[in-house]
Amino acid sequence: MTETSAWVIFIAAIFTNNILLTNFLGMCSFIACSGQIRTSLGLGTAVIFVMIMTTIINYVIYHFVLFPFNLVHLQFIVFIAVIAAFVQLVEMFVERFSPKLYFALGIFLPLITVNCAILGASLFMIIRNYSFMQSVGFGLGAGIGWAVAIVLLAGLRQKMRYSHVPKCFEGVAIAMVVTGVLAMTFMGFAGMVSIQ
Amino acid sequence: MADKQSACATCQPKGLCGGKGLTTLKEGAWANNPLAIQVLGICSALAVTNRLENSLVMGAALIFVCVGSNLIVSLLRKCTPYRIRMIAEVAIIATFVILFDQFLKAFYWDMSKQLGPYVGLIITNCIVMGRAEAFALQNPPILSIVDGIANGIGYAVILAIIGFFRELLGTGEIMGRTIPVFSEWYTPNQIMILAPGAFIALGIVIGIFNAIKGPAPEEKK
Repeated sequence: MTETSAWVIFIAAIFTNNILLTNFLGMCSFIACSGQIRTSLGLGTAVIFVMIMTTIINYVIYHFVLFPFNLVHLQFIVFIAVIAAFVQLVEMFVERFSPKLYFALGIFLPLITVNCAILGASLFMIIRNYSFMQSVGFGLGAGIGWAVAIVLLAGLRQKMRYSHVPKCFEGVAIAMVVTGVLAMTFMGFAGMVSIQ
Repeated sequence: MADKQSACATCQPKGLCGGKGLTTLKEGAWANNPLAIQVLGICSALAVTNRLENSLVMGAALIFVCVGSNLIVSLLRKCTPYRIRMIAEVAIIATFVILFDQFLKAFYWDMSKQLGPYVGLIITNCIVMGRAEAFALQNPPILSIVDGIANGIGYAVILAIIGFFRELLGTGEIMGRTIPVFSEWYTPNQIMILAPGAFIALGIVIGIFNAIKGPAPEEKK
């Protein structure tokens, strides 16, 4: 595992091991915010940024604080605290220095705290024993993969508004089925690169 | 967000604790089922349902965490400052998740390995957070426990249904055991235990749930 290069992990995290379509992380906001391409793009960008930063911070904390002091069982609570604090920090920074970006991302930033993809990326990084560079590649790839998936679904859902869906399947149910088909398409990338 | 609002409105305390108990139970487990109706916490619902056994353990985990966190949040509701309630809730939930995770690691190592990061991800499971926020903050401890059980069961049952069908169709087995006639005749469809099967199965379950329950609840709002 350790010999896989960061680049391979980056590509794999986007395509073959897409965090959303194969690991089902970040589904809640994925379903809730995929109504329009614009919104989903905003959310996607915010996720990419927060994900890469929190993976790096959590990597450092885990390997230099939690592990040496034998506090590994506290990792959940520490990770979630880091993510919450980081999101808060980013929000304040963006509000102060770029109000324009703040209004574009504003609503999405708090939502990201409870996005399981962010916490999931940190946990996967620990479980798969990534090195620092691999973690960076993974965080970036996973974020981009998530953004790609949500933008794709938003496009599909926009088109779907004009099609006839059985009444009981309207809304979330059909979105799930469409996501299933999307996931099947992404399986076509399998074999290109592989990580575990 | 709208879901949270409606959940809040429907569970306004009206009568006594005792009379409210049953309504709360029904509300959580059926009428306002967290998975099928409110579509909360689907990440884990999709990820662990490739085998029935995993689904059951995950269901149990959620019931435990939901009951525990609801109880503590409800007990502390009078002395939690409003502004920091979120972080307090997250800390409480995380504590229970860590308890469960350590328990699994100690006694069911294989299961803990299979569930991987998804046990930890209960922290960000919106059901637990949603219940703590929408119910436990305004209701007495006993009622909150009932609510936790109800929502946990609502989640666990759906999880079990999806897990059952995915394992049955994906491997032709149940709980890792073959079924006499069925397993010989049936050719396992790998897609059901892979990612796409999960999405499609959940979509169909939600669709059927809606069909049984009648018109979408949105129309009432």
